[in-house]
Amino acid sequence: MNRSLYSKLIFEHSRSGRRGTDLPRRPWADAMLHLPAALMRGEAPALPEVDEPTVARHYTNQSTNNFGVDTGFYPLGSCTMKYNPKLSDSLAADPVISRLHPAQPASTVQGALEIYWTLQRALSEIGGMEEFTLNPFAGAHGELTGLMVIHAYHDSREDYSRTRVIVPDSAHGTNPASAHVAGYEVVEVKSLPDGTVDVDDLRSKLDATIAAVMMTNPNTVGMFEKNIPEIAEMVHAAGALLYYDGANLNPMLGVARPGDMGFDVMHINLHKTFSTPHGGGGPGAGPVGVRKGLEEFLPVPRVVKNSDGSFDVIDRCDSSLGRVSAWFGNYTVFIRALAYILSLGAEGVAKVGPLATLNANYVMNALKDLYLLPIPGPCKHEFVFDGLIDKSGGVTTLNVAKRLLDLGFHAPTIYFPLLFHESLMIEPTETESRETLDAFIAAMRQIAGEAAENPEFVKSAPHDTPVVHPDDTQAALTPKLTYKDLQDGI
Amino acid sequence: MRFFPHTPDDIREMLEACGAATLDDLYSDVPESLRLRRAYDLPASLSEPEVREWFEATASKCSPLVCFAGAGAYDHYCPAVIDAITSRSEYLTAYTPYQPEISQGTLQYIFEYQSMMASLTGLDVCNASMYDGATATAEAMIMAVNAAKRKRRVLVSSTINPEVAQVIGTYARYQGIAVEMIPQKDGVTDRAELELMLGAGDVAGVIASTPNYYGILEDFTGWADLIHKAKALFIINSPALPLAVIKPQGEWGADIAVGDAQTLGMPLSYGGPYLGYMVAAKSLMRKLPGRIVGATTDEKGQHVFVLTLQAREQHIRREKATSNICSNQGLMTLRAGMYLSLMGADGLREVNRLSTDCAHELARRLEATGKMRLSHPAQPFLNEFKMTVADPLTTADILDALRREGILGGVAIDEREMIIACTETRTPAQMDKYVSTVKNL
Repeated sequence: MNRSLYSKLIFEHSRSGRRGTDLPRRPWADAMLHLPAALMRGEAPALPEVDEPTVARHYTNQSTNNFGVDTGFYPLGSCTMKYNPKLSDSLAADPVISRLHPAQPASTVQGALEIYWTLQRALSEIGGMEEFTLNPFAGAHGELTGLMVIHAYHDSREDYSRTRVIVPDSAHGTNPASAHVAGYEVVEVKSLPDGTVDVDDLRSKLDATIAAVMMTNPNTVGMFEKNIPEIAEMVHAAGALLYYDGANLNPMLGVARPGDMGFDVMHINLHKTFSTPHGGGGPGAGPVGVRKGLEEFLPVPRVVKNSDGSFDVIDRCDSSLGRVSAWFGNYTVFIRALAYILSLGAEGVAKVGPLATLNANYVMNALKDLYLLPIPGPCKHEFVFDGLIDKSGGVTTLNVAKRLLDLGFHAPTIYFPLLFHESLMIEPTETESRETLDAFIAAMRQIAGEAAENPEFVKSAPHDTPVVHPDDTQAALTPKLTYKDLQDGI
Repeated sequence: MRFFPHTPDDIREMLEACGAATLDDLYSDVPESLRLRRAYDLPASLSEPEVREWFEATASKCSPLVCFAGAGAYDHYCPAVIDAITSRSEYLTAYTPYQPEISQGTLQYIFEYQSMMASLTGLDVCNASMYDGATATAEAMIMAVNAAKRKRRVLVSSTINPEVAQVIGTYARYQGIAVEMIPQKDGVTDRAELELMLGAGDVAGVIASTPNYYGILEDFTGWADLIHKAKALFIINSPALPLAVIKPQGEWGADIAVGDAQTLGMPLSYGGPYLGYMVAAKSLMRKLPGRIVGATTDEKGQHVFVLTLQAREQHIRREKATSNICSNQGLMTLRAGMYLSLMGADGLREVNRLSTDCAHELARRLEATGKMRLSHPAQPFLNEFKMTVADPLTTADILDALRREGILGGVAIDEREMIIACTETRTPAQMDKYVSTVKNL
């Protein structure tokens, strides 16, 4: 591509008088003339004036500066960057569904409700839960909704002493943040050297002030929390509920269900486990499932199936936690996830977990002689290296990640979990072929070799990307957040 | 299975490399009592044509109606180029742009979106999106409470969309925030009541909307002074498209602008994905939730973009973060940015005018039927308006009759009152049918 032509901002293509759209002509009188001037806008907004070809070319060229799952291997730990089937995209653009207004009466949207209900049932079976709401917009929104379910449950029992939520120190950052937004104080529980939760530490912190314990299983170092039956028993004996962070559900498909492990409430990231595209940061979806007895606390609107086989929307429910979205959530994401489940079928869904785990163990075993594996396997869907074994050249995890970009791979998740100083978290997913994994292994081994022989070369990576070493400090110290800031030279 | 590249040989050889005999061996740490030793109770796998057939058959159980409904979601036209570009997998299949070297595409379109939304709202700093207009408003409420330290009251105009009010209420309940509704008078917020409620003290923020739930343009003259004198923040919720013609949040002196930007190039799609926007005054920059893209330079001296001010966010600050938001509606900001570029200020004005003209013409003709009248005839409106149905008719009578004609006639507020919305996609023939159906009741 030609960066000198197309690295401009859309504003820089603007020429007064250009238009990118034509609108219909209508016979009606100008009604805006009569609106009170005091309520109307003075100055027009500063927007570009561009024609359609310029818009198409600008955004097409910008897209080539991006790396997606279709571009190459994306081993970003805890993000489950699997292939996104094209059939799902095509179905999500269904011309009937895209024209449905969310306030249409249930009798005119039976098919849309059936899609919602069918996915809800499939997730309940896969999660081992009684019922799901699909309304939450993302994983963190699901966590928040799930914690509100737990809050509503305790409130319904007039148990107001439970003001705290326990979160492991290895948890995703969203866990403590969601607990805080749900109005809870966060209590951290320690991890053992093997990465699993310290059961004794947990026991000492469980009392009548604890509303819930949030767990990720397998956890963020890719280890299965094998004490989970004992933990569930302890948590329930203390009167608290057990929450499952579904960010790491992928390796459990076909193997074990959160409901059977004793979890009461869970969320699923459809944009991880069920292959809907991440879209550069959303839209995703974070459906929330609950065990039997907690359904009444789920948010409205709820979609239900009547005894005559028709579908309905419940908009009011006194025991519900309330409403967490204006409508039904990111609806077309549900279409994609259901298309994926129907494509895989019972047998295919059950293969996802074991194949994802196989891929992760294959990569881990092929690299553990050069990269420090603090917790020996077998891992589940992902694993964490604590940087290179040979750190004498001073090459850090950040350097390794940036060098991978040169070699055509997206970087793994870095500096998370916080348990290790040089965390390099790798999740290959089940949709990667052995050849791709071998190429990645070769690249990682090459980098380890370079780190020993020519560490400066690795430290100065990347060398071949369109952008090299952006100045993050300058960005944060003198924030330029709009085109106007750039023009003003702030 | 078409998504799994593994051959039986691959599996055998890869297991061998891991020192395992079977896939099950990799799960030796999962207690047997937890293992799912049965097939999922799910249908058998379907081929691509079969999946398509299932969805087409299921979707055909829906009847798209000619849409005269609004209530927060509007049937504006989405230019085809938006779908074409948004479906490019470089954008669609990327993750959050944490690696700026290979994410300039995503980062640049978010920066362009932030720039356009700042100008549209007349405020300074826009984040990289919220889930929807309702959650954006709830997060703005939390910002106001955090900024005010110990104050816990938030006043919300009763003319705001009731779904938005419910989401605000849900977030408030679990944070111990006291939400109080400001009464209304003739379809707009009662300013005298607002003054009284502010006078009682302890107010962290005031939330109102324009156009409000009834489509009415509220007059916020003097509000910012009143609210700021009470040391509270002023938050205005507006659907994005009308901001091109009405006095925007910044010009009213608001501190935070929020709302839904579904009107900027997103189809109705039965409620989502839409796009929540949030733009704030510069003084609140470090209190904003979510991701923010900033411009900087790289070693080659190029203007480049990075995620910035990340010390506010959950992956750094955990429970001390400004919000728990992580994944948001990123790709929808590409749609909004493209829509705003294609339209330009003139195009936006024209879309608003066509929609407004249509609404005013429909309101006039519906009043002429004698079956319904404008509920607040003295109040100014754009493309949405509230009607009161004449006795003995009910809103259900009107909406049912229209539905039989393939028309979604609006959204009922109760038995007597309903709101009706128009866009540039409504035609004279559709309006004729609406009016004649009502006339014949």
